[in-house]
Amino acid sequence: MSLFNQSEKAYLLLADGTVLEGRSFGQKGTVIGEVVFTTGLTGYQETLTDPSYYGQIVTQTFPLIGNYGVNNEDFESDKSYVSGYIVREWCNTPSNFRSQGNINDFLVSQNIIGIHSIDTRSLTRKIREYGVMNGAITTEDVFDKKDELLNQIKAYTIKNAVKSVTGTENRVYGSEGSKYKVVLFDFGYKRNIRNELVNRGCEVTVVPADTTAEQVKAMAPNGIMFSNGPGDPTENTDVIGNIKEIAKLGIPIFGICLGHQLMALAHGGRTEKLKYGHRGANQPVIDLATDKTYVTSQNHGYAVVGDSIDSSIGTVSHINANDKTCEGIRYKNINAFTVQFHPEAHGGPQDTDYLFDEFIKNMEKEMQ
Amino acid sequence: MPLRQDIKKVLVIGSGPIIIGQAAEFDYAGTQACRALKQEGLEVVLINSNPATIMTDKAMADKIYIEPLTLDVVKRIIKIEKPDSLLSTLGGQTGLTLSMQLAEEGFLEENNVKLLGANPETIHKAEDRQAFKDTMESIGEPCIPSKVVETIDDAVDFAGVIDYPVIVRPAFTLGGTGGGIANNEAELRDIAKNGLRLSPITQVLIEKCISGWKEIEFEVIRDRKDNVITVCSMENFDPVGIHTGDSIVIAPAVTLTDREYQMLRTASLNIISELKVEGGCNCQFALHPTSMEYAVIEVNPRVSRSSALASKATGYPIAKVATKIAIGYTLDEIINQVTGKTFACFEPALDYCVVKFPKWAFDKFVYAKRTLGTQMKATGEVMAIGTSFEQAIMKAVRSTELGVDSMNMKKMDSIPTEELLQKITKADDERAFQVYELLKRDITPEKIHELTMIDIWFLEKLNNLVKLEKWLAEGELTEDKYLTAKQYGYLDSTIERISSQKCPMRKRAVYKMVDTCAGEFKAETPYFYSTFDEENEAKQFIERTDKGKKKVIVFGSGPIRIGQGIEFDYCSVHCVWTLKEEGYEAVICNNNPETVSTDFDTGDRLYFDPLTKEDVESIIETEQPYGVVVQFGGQTAIKLTRHLADMGVNILGTSADSIDAAEDRERFDELLEKCNIPRPEGFTVMTTEEAVEVADKLGYPVLLRPSYVLGGQNMIIAHSEKDVVEYMGIITRTMIENPVLIDKYMMGTEVEVDAICDGNDFLIPGIMEHIERAGVHSGDSISVYPAQTLSQRIVDTIIDYTKKLAFELKVVGLVNIQYVVYNNEVYVIEVNPRSSRTVPYISKVTGIPMVDLATKIMLGSTLKELGYESGLYKKSNYVAVKVPVFSFEKLQDVDTMLGPEMKSTGECLGIAHNFEDALLKGLIAAGYDLKKEGGVLISVRDTDKQEIISIADKFAQMGFELYGTSGTASVLNRNMIATNLVRKISDDEPNVLTLLESGKIHYVISTSAKGRLPARDSVKMRRKSVERSICSLTAIDTARALANVLMSNRSIDDVEMVDITKI
Repeated sequence: MSLFNQSEKAYLLLADGTVLEGRSFGQKGTVIGEVVFTTGLTGYQETLTDPSYYGQIVTQTFPLIGNYGVNNEDFESDKSYVSGYIVREWCNTPSNFRSQGNINDFLVSQNIIGIHSIDTRSLTRKIREYGVMNGAITTEDVFDKKDELLNQIKAYTIKNAVKSVTGTENRVYGSEGSKYKVVLFDFGYKRNIRNELVNRGCEVTVVPADTTAEQVKAMAPNGIMFSNGPGDPTENTDVIGNIKEIAKLGIPIFGICLGHQLMALAHGGRTEKLKYGHRGANQPVIDLATDKTYVTSQNHGYAVVGDSIDSSIGTVSHINANDKTCEGIRYKNINAFTVQFHPEAHGGPQDTDYLFDEFIKNMEKEMQ
Repeated sequence: MPLRQDIKKVLVIGSGPIIIGQAAEFDYAGTQACRALKQEGLEVVLINSNPATIMTDKAMADKIYIEPLTLDVVKRIIKIEKPDSLLSTLGGQTGLTLSMQLAEEGFLEENNVKLLGANPETIHKAEDRQAFKDTMESIGEPCIPSKVVETIDDAVDFAGVIDYPVIVRPAFTLGGTGGGIANNEAELRDIAKNGLRLSPITQVLIEKCISGWKEIEFEVIRDRKDNVITVCSMENFDPVGIHTGDSIVIAPAVTLTDREYQMLRTASLNIISELKVEGGCNCQFALHPTSMEYAVIEVNPRVSRSSALASKATGYPIAKVATKIAIGYTLDEIINQVTGKTFACFEPALDYCVVKFPKWAFDKFVYAKRTLGTQMKATGEVMAIGTSFEQAIMKAVRSTELGVDSMNMKKMDSIPTEELLQKITKADDERAFQVYELLKRDITPEKIHELTMIDIWFLEKLNNLVKLEKWLAEGELTEDKYLTAKQYGYLDSTIERISSQKCPMRKRAVYKMVDTCAGEFKAETPYFYSTFDEENEAKQFIERTDKGKKKVIVFGSGPIRIGQGIEFDYCSVHCVWTLKEEGYEAVICNNNPETVSTDFDTGDRLYFDPLTKEDVESIIETEQPYGVVVQFGGQTAIKLTRHLADMGVNILGTSADSIDAAEDRERFDELLEKCNIPRPEGFTVMTTEEAVEVADKLGYPVLLRPSYVLGGQNMIIAHSEKDVVEYMGIITRTMIENPVLIDKYMMGTEVEVDAICDGNDFLIPGIMEHIERAGVHSGDSISVYPAQTLSQRIVDTIIDYTKKLAFELKVVGLVNIQYVVYNNEVYVIEVNPRSSRTVPYISKVTGIPMVDLATKIMLGSTLKELGYESGLYKKSNYVAVKVPVFSFEKLQDVDTMLGPEMKSTGECLGIAHNFEDALLKGLIAAGYDLKKEGGVLISVRDTDKQEIISIADKFAQMGFELYGTSGTASVLNRNMIATNLVRKISDDEPNVLTLLESGKIHYVISTSAKGRLPARDSVKMRRKSVERSICSLTAIDTARALANVLMSNRSIDDVEMVDITKI
């Protein structure tokens, strides 16, 4: 985007009353959300279509966004779930052989309100210091009704997140007669979780978040996958109740991100909200069993409190090398493991995709 | 597991002299390595033949040998020092190759030395073409179809299979020396022949040409626990086909989707894991622009120029971390110094973009072939950090000191579009500016992409600048326009020039921090770059960390180029260290990513920005320093003096007025007259007519140069009116606004002095004498300390003149003075009231910490207080001989004949108890193989014919077979020295070229009255010698010195190794 090709003004209003002036991109209007930042250098398209960002206004710390345009293959879901989008500069002349359009047009088509020409570093530092805060992007005159908007911003919470993003019916992927049948709980799943399973010879049935243990049992899968998803994990009380029962079915379980958190909650664990979360493609995670560190892709605002799980039920298997928060749990009496980070990548490093192999092995063992 | 307990004493091998392809980045890496080792309490033994480096400083290692980097020498030092380990991966290709040879011979094992960093198997797999290919195939990483061949015929056969064009890559050569792209069989035969000869193992790779693919690099680190991370990705503006060292590079990669990025990142991790590198590694890929197809181009299992760039681009100190890994640490145990909280086992996130721009020496080598290809030609580089690509590239081009302040290069105006279109297809050093000119002429990015394969992304970004400039040029310069232009990286002066209007306001830069984590964690890195937002993190940092100390800014020397090399970084860094010791806060401003000065923990704060007036002004506004230092940053920093003084900034040391007095010809003449010091007669002229008239008056030969010279840039000796006319033509063409100086040329002994002065006392650490007579640039001369042939009267005169000049110029700090002794009289040639190229080496051999003293004096101390008497310091027990090193084999069509214009890229030092041994060491260090048999080809100009007789006689006595061109041969034969007559190049074969091709010749002595033009026979002969790696001597004095060394029959085995920490 040429800075001198001036678009209309837009404002970012933060819960603490700060107003940052920028310029409009994407859709016009006003939107409120939780302002978070992600440090990934590439993968903006994956970010925009990751349902875990539901209810959030996402700030990209990398200043040049949209460089390689937008294509049909790299979506992680059918649409964009972010509430708003903050960048320093977007590229109106993208260049990549797969590019089918620019990011501005994509946001417009998705009805996403964006703002550019924001000093995203300064904003990031603010979020880092104060913690995540709510905010609004508006293309209207912010000063006109600042107080009213501020009240709305302060009152805002992300509610019914999973319910808003989960599908309503079962959908089957992968070739029929595949070796493994996996039920994938859609808490707002990223497509590549499904693809990683399909590529490993699984027939994947994506099921709605509120699927019960009986329904799962009826499908007689070889494995169960709890997906990532948005929002405060504790609000999903029904799902947590279901998971308690599902875990008793004796079917191997693999959980990612929200799936990891919900499993922990179902097993007596506790979650907490992190000050500003982990969002990016460079988070180091230590696998405590091997003492190896992996670079992982992450996107979460809540984390499982590591010692909240009774050691007779499960143990922490992975921790974040930086802040030592819980990044994974291995369960003891059931064949289940869960991780906070995203082994399916997209965007981000593929270094932990071996976990999918492990899941396959777990299913294999049960089948013998 | 932390430090290995079996490591106590580590040998570090440096990379030797600066040459194209191996520059200051290895001093940066080596210095980091030495510091990391010392921090662990290990004893460090260092070998490096380059005296201008910081790593050869007493503070860096326990034992330091400035000795030739040959296998025998390293072995002897291992025998003397008995280290238990050898660190192989920090000394560039030189250090790696030596380490590998030592390991393969079994020498290390015999002497119980462990090889740290990379094992021989790793090195073999990465460096041997076939082994590399096999390794890549075994892990499923695609390579470019290629074949290793050892004969020209095999090369031609294979090219027939994969089809032309093909790339020839010789094995084990630096910066791709001897490689090239062949479009047909004839070209292939030519290139392969040369490549096979240059390869130490006579191997070249013939490879399918994939020019035009995207060139992507990853810097990767692995530890022995198999933790692997990538530090940085980089994308070349210039696609595959141009050496990455000659490409504009952006970090991180920008045109790759996450899929492509992760595909190559994963490939990098697979490669380093398979090679089992413990430390840093560079992986280069070619990525097809319109598919997911890629190929691994090259892997360097060591720190490199790219790793230095990646370190500076991200704030992640690769060399330091690689060293810690080599001695046993793992990534998860090493703290990220930047945040102080997180660990080295993570990947930096950037919230800015970085542009690297190469610096070439074509301004000096007017006749050099400027075409870029697989052989690197750049001598140095600059880096710029910006919040946009446009801002970063604008900063980068003005950091290169090309005389441009934007992408507009004046001389492009007059080149027809057709010609420009042709030029960009071929690619030379000015391609980015040619592309910009074409965009201005409305040639579309698509069209340019078609011709160059430069990605549309880059072209569109440049086009944004074109559009912006058009917008600035039309209508009123509003604040909005002005601020937009500032965001895009324009200087106020440029905005005013383009818009022809005064700026409506002045927006000063603010500074953002480089923190490795895009703001995610709180960092205290004192590493900043400018941008045009509201928040000033540098200012916040200064307020937060204020300890009430006075702040001093040290201006660095910018990119490495001929005439302004690593020496100035040595001086800047020493100044900073002294300032810190003296209780000041030392702030560095520089833009060269290869250097120690731009390591964020060298000073108290680092500003990585261009060194122009306006850029510097903003830094001063933020810092509000007590004073600034300009005398250690070469001409780059000196150029800022006047402006800084006008701003009212306190310039520490010698004043702006004194600097002007030394550089302004008229003022300087007055000063000399006042002191009664003679100089060669000379005048100032503006036009060709004046020049011819003055030259006649002075009598030929005369010396011509522009005023305000650097490294003898554009300086020649004219022997006739024709020379004067040719020279003035070139000078007036290349936009020189300053007048031209013409001096009587005196062919006497050249003497050089560096002195420290406090206003009342002066100290000369030593007097240096050059082996080559005046006329060869001091940087290209073999320089001897202490002077060997000067009488006491001459020495006294030099001391007296130095004193007078230092006092009269009111020098406070360092001054460098060059004299010529002619007919037993001393004349002054040049006075530079600043640090010089010789300061590091004289400091090391005399033990006088010159920069430290000069800095303390600038801060108000006196020589007396520091414990020094006025006058010449006592002679050292050692003789030190500095020998220049050239990169001629990298630069096609450059005449190798030495003259008043500097041509060397680096230097070596030989230290011994006597002159002969020191010279022997110096020559060996500089790569002279000192063969004692074979043929000598002599072809000298008439004025040298008498002197050559005694030299030729010496070679004849030693049993060499002599050959000469007609004039020379007849003089020698007449003097009873049997010489074979060789036909000239213009004559039928067999002629001189045939002889040079034959392999019979080991030395060439060639001088000619004229040179430069590649078409001249003498130049062709010298070029052929370079291409055939034949030792070529182009000054009579060098030839004589070499003959004497050979006659002495001493070998390096007879000479003692000197640990300079004991001097």
